[in-house]
Amino acid sequence: MKAVITVVGSDRVGILAMIANACATHNVNVLDVSQTIIDGIFTMTMITDCSQVSDFEKFAANMEVLGTENSLIVRVMNQDIFHAMHTI
Amino acid sequence: MQTNEILETIKMIDEEYLDIRTITIGISLLDCIDPDIQVACQKVEEKICRVAENLVPVAEEISKTYGIPIVNKRISVTPIAMLAGACEGNPVEFALTLERCAQKLGVDFIGGYSALVQKGYTKGDRKLIASIPEALARTQHVCASVNVGSTKAGINMDAVKEMGEMITLSAQMTAENHCIGAAKLVVFCNAPEDNPFMAGAFHGVGEPDAVINVGVSGPGVVRATLAKASKRATMDELADLVKRTAFKITRMGQLVGTVASEKLGIPFGIVDLSLAPTPAIGDSVAYILEEMGLETCGAYGTTACLAMLNDAVKKGGVMATSNVGGLSGAFIPVSEDAGMIAAAQKGVLTLEKLEAMTAVCSVGLDMIVVPGNTPSSIISGIIADEAAIGMVNSKTTAVRVIPAIGKSVGEELDFGGLLGRGPVMPVNTTDNQVFIDRGGRIPAPLQALKN
Repeated sequence: MKAVITVVGSDRVGILAMIANACATHNVNVLDVSQTIIDGIFTMTMITDCSQVSDFEKFAANMEVLGTENSLIVRVMNQDIFHAMHTI
Repeated sequence: MQTNEILETIKMIDEEYLDIRTITIGISLLDCIDPDIQVACQKVEEKICRVAENLVPVAEEISKTYGIPIVNKRISVTPIAMLAGACEGNPVEFALTLERCAQKLGVDFIGGYSALVQKGYTKGDRKLIASIPEALARTQHVCASVNVGSTKAGINMDAVKEMGEMITLSAQMTAENHCIGAAKLVVFCNAPEDNPFMAGAFHGVGEPDAVINVGVSGPGVVRATLAKASKRATMDELADLVKRTAFKITRMGQLVGTVASEKLGIPFGIVDLSLAPTPAIGDSVAYILEEMGLETCGAYGTTACLAMLNDAVKKGGVMATSNVGGLSGAFIPVSEDAGMIAAAQKGVLTLEKLEAMTAVCSVGLDMIVVPGNTPSSIISGIIADEAAIGMVNSKTTAVRVIPAIGKSVGEELDFGGLLGRGPVMPVNTTDNQVFIDRGGRIPAPLQALKN
């Protein structure tokens, strides 16, 4: 299963590294990363392969907690929801 | 995949209250009919608990995996009047059985304490309708509905009279609990058989043994889209924006329904495209209408704006899903919609205006609190008028009014949760008793003769 990880928050050093590191810990393979900074707000979307993750719900919950601890909004969602909504 | 599309979806969920309002499993209880009511109840409990066993865990798993809130998990069943007709005893036993199932499974509502009497009563219909007030007073999760008219059959005026009385009784028997009984009872004309929304959900006899129906939400998303549009945008441009948004919302429903169907091993029925408001500020159908340029919902122009909205929602949604069904349109429940509550409190939104709006919305007079001393004949009159609008226009109409026992205009009933709170609205109480006492049937209109 592919999942999209989105990260939104104030820009600072090490956000990408932290998220990528957490992905590696959970055996999640990062396939694509796109990031922009709009008015100082860091916005990153990451396409990942979660097929090796044993418990997806736990991974998603852990990532959200990691975000909260670092004043970031982190969401992990199955990629299908975006495809369903934006493609015919 | 575009970053802006990903962020748009997340914004809809986080800030604009986009959610899946309900996953509803429809379950046929026709194979539970038994001449012994105790045996019938055992069969009902066994079947519901078997078929819907995994509904709540699966819905929660989907919610977490896809990041979309699924607000309610519900069950609808075959109209209980059909089971009650086959056995002796008090049909309330069935309501208590349904309540036990709801509590065991952890679902939010269970609908189907229902009777279809548009053309006349069976023995079971009579018993069931008479037992509705007690059934609703003794249960928390059970919802009741009665279909009193249809375009094909006309309007059963005996049932219209009786339902006015049952609504009053349901409110009286739950007076100490915000008259909640009447909030769980809806009277229909042209009731759909695959509606996932409460209080009117039941599992029609033409439906399969079990089926998954999904109801989406999303007034907040539509409102946010219109808020971004120019004040000089024309109505057809606004209609186009609504269509695009409805398409996206409905795709979400289609995806969730498909996944739930696979995981539960139950066929996918329909997506109900309805825009269903919640009491949360911003998640309001009234605010959508106001966004089109009305100072307050209820102003002249409201019916026209609602007609456009209702139509655009259908046009946008219909291509987004393989099967559309249920009520599909815009709901206008007063107590569940912050904008409607405010408009009613201001006195701009009246019962008469709401009645006009029901001619173009997807349902009818919904969640309207009326004075506790409103005579039953007046409530029957409201039902008759609504049913007539539905019958002639070949659409679903419904009445869910709540007589606030002991309260009068200016006071308020607070149900809490999704049902919200409603100001007691003034009702025209000009006498209609002779008309209501006539009974009989209003014959089916010429529109019924399509063959």
